[in-house]
Amino acid sequence: MTDTASNKIAATRPSLLYRIWDHELCYSFRNSPLTVAAAAVTLLLILAAVFAGIIAPHNPFDLASIDLMDSELPPVWSADGDPRFLLGTDNLGRDIYSTILYGMRISLLVGFASVILSAVIGITAGLVAGYIGGKVDAVIMRIADIQLSFPTILIALLIDGIMRGILDREQHDAMIIPVLVLSIGISNWVQYARTVRGSTLVERNKEYVQAARIIGLHPILIMIRHVLPNVMGPVLVIATLGLAFAILTEATLSFLGVGMPPTEPSLGTLIQIGNDFLFSGLWWIAIFPGMTLAILVLAVNLLGDWLRDALNPKLR
Amino acid sequence: MAAFILRRLAQSILVMLVVGLVAFFMFQFLGDPVNQMVGIDTPEAEREALRERLGLNDPLVIRFGKFVVNAAQLEFGLSYQHKSPVTDLLLERMPATIELSMVSAVIAFALALPAGVYTGLYRNRWSSKAMLTLSLVGISVPTFLIGILFIYLFAVVLGWLPSFGRGDVVTLPGGWTTGLLTVSGLKAIILPALTLGLFTLTLIMRLIRAEMLEVLRTDYIKFARARGLTNRAVNFGHALKNTMVPVITVTGLLLGNLIAFAIITESVFQWPGMGRLFLQSIQEVDLPVMSAYLVMISFLFVVLNLIVDILYYVVDPRLRVEGHGGGH
Repeated sequence: MTDTASNKIAATRPSLLYRIWDHELCYSFRNSPLTVAAAAVTLLLILAAVFAGIIAPHNPFDLASIDLMDSELPPVWSADGDPRFLLGTDNLGRDIYSTILYGMRISLLVGFASVILSAVIGITAGLVAGYIGGKVDAVIMRIADIQLSFPTILIALLIDGIMRGILDREQHDAMIIPVLVLSIGISNWVQYARTVRGSTLVERNKEYVQAARIIGLHPILIMIRHVLPNVMGPVLVIATLGLAFAILTEATLSFLGVGMPPTEPSLGTLIQIGNDFLFSGLWWIAIFPGMTLAILVLAVNLLGDWLRDALNPKLR
Repeated sequence: MAAFILRRLAQSILVMLVVGLVAFFMFQFLGDPVNQMVGIDTPEAEREALRERLGLNDPLVIRFGKFVVNAAQLEFGLSYQHKSPVTDLLLERMPATIELSMVSAVIAFALALPAGVYTGLYRNRWSSKAMLTLSLVGISVPTFLIGILFIYLFAVVLGWLPSFGRGDVVTLPGGWTTGLLTVSGLKAIILPALTLGLFTLTLIMRLIRAEMLEVLRTDYIKFARARGLTNRAVNFGHALKNTMVPVITVTGLLLGNLIAFAIITESVFQWPGMGRLFLQSIQEVDLPVMSAYLVMISFLFVVLNLIVDILYYVVDPRLRVEGHGGGH
């Protein structure tokens, strides 16, 4: 008897896949073609970057395979194009399409890593400030206020400059990715901290937190196990938009010549290299990496915008 | 009012002290200034004497005090790279940066105002939607890329405008250089100012649009229409006027951002301003220039923030009535 009942329940209970498909977040996703397109583009670009080693027709960092005779070739569809090089070659004879794939890998790596760094710093600061309150809160938020009155690009440049002072030139070049992640990550933590603090202030007075406190859980445990999961929604939105911003900041730093070096180019470095050849009419060296960067950032921004609206209870 | 301004002032001083501390520590702990001044074969005793003479052996607090006093008098020492006083280097380049930022602010505001009002009033027209979509693209395309595209289109392909530099400049009494009085100077500022102002333009436009939508829904606008006022009087006299409070404050804050983002634009257009000097100083680890730029630009920011705060208070009568007891 009980057996058949539970069987019945199991039969009527929808599968996990269906429940995800039926979730309101997924519903709003399915009903927004622009978002679906943005997600598809983002996914495609990320996959292309991850599997650059397999997809790319050439390895732009393998000096043996580069031939200076192939340099400055225009894209395939123009009169002088070479079928081996889809989007043409740069001044050193590197295949633009391949350098873009490899460059995007570095851009995305730095972007994701610095978002994680900012999120960890910001969430920790926000949880501590909101949950403990008092003087700790005042100090953390005052630091946040001061940092917020300066543009992030200035702070990122400054941290990069300080790291150059601490490390010597060779060390700095060898550690350029961690240095970039550090400078972009530190310059963007404030938004996470402010949002998490705001939600924590609301959550900490709710009954489930009080209950956790009464049974004697350690404050750190309460913060991580009970408060954190309930403040993660807005964090997800900030992180998505933050990814677009981090990729842009990295590209800007590299373009300004204080980011990735030409030997290990990101999208920003590629644009900087191409910039020097614009005047000779070699537009493809700068324009294709530029377009890739713009499309990547636009797609991630659209995803972030959608997520913000979808998670906003007021708009439901 | 006085208490409010005093509190803001205290906060500004705190910010400047923190910035000063950062600049000071950069000076003290990154690279030894004595190494920059003497040869490799200078004996240790001589170095020690120089340290003593420069006051580098004083306690940290006294050195920081000296640094603050010097900074207040715009004394930042010699640039490692240029071997000349940092203050002179920065002041020499300041007019170029200020001029660029101001012109872009004017362009951004002058274009954003009509565009924001138009998209707010006629939100359902396809032209409004096109403008909004375009502004989203404008936010996603980085400043330097827009600069490059402008150079390629207007300087390389069409050949209408110069691609770098400031053109001919005129020196005004007081040592201020301006490119706004010569034809080549005016031509040279168009592309960089547009590039720099585009991001600000989209932000202000979206803000004005959002505010207009908000205000147009209010009762006093309906009442003004019921009274039979012309559309013009309602839209501009009543609606637009009430959107201006947040717009003014945001514009003030964006002005500071423009000066900082000039670093990028100056680099793209080889504009001879402070931002480029700062960028070079980072690449060369020229600490005196870095810290002097930091202190000067922070001062500019703090002053702008202060003005905006006071302006906010002056423009919005509600703040004056409620006071500031409730906190924010």
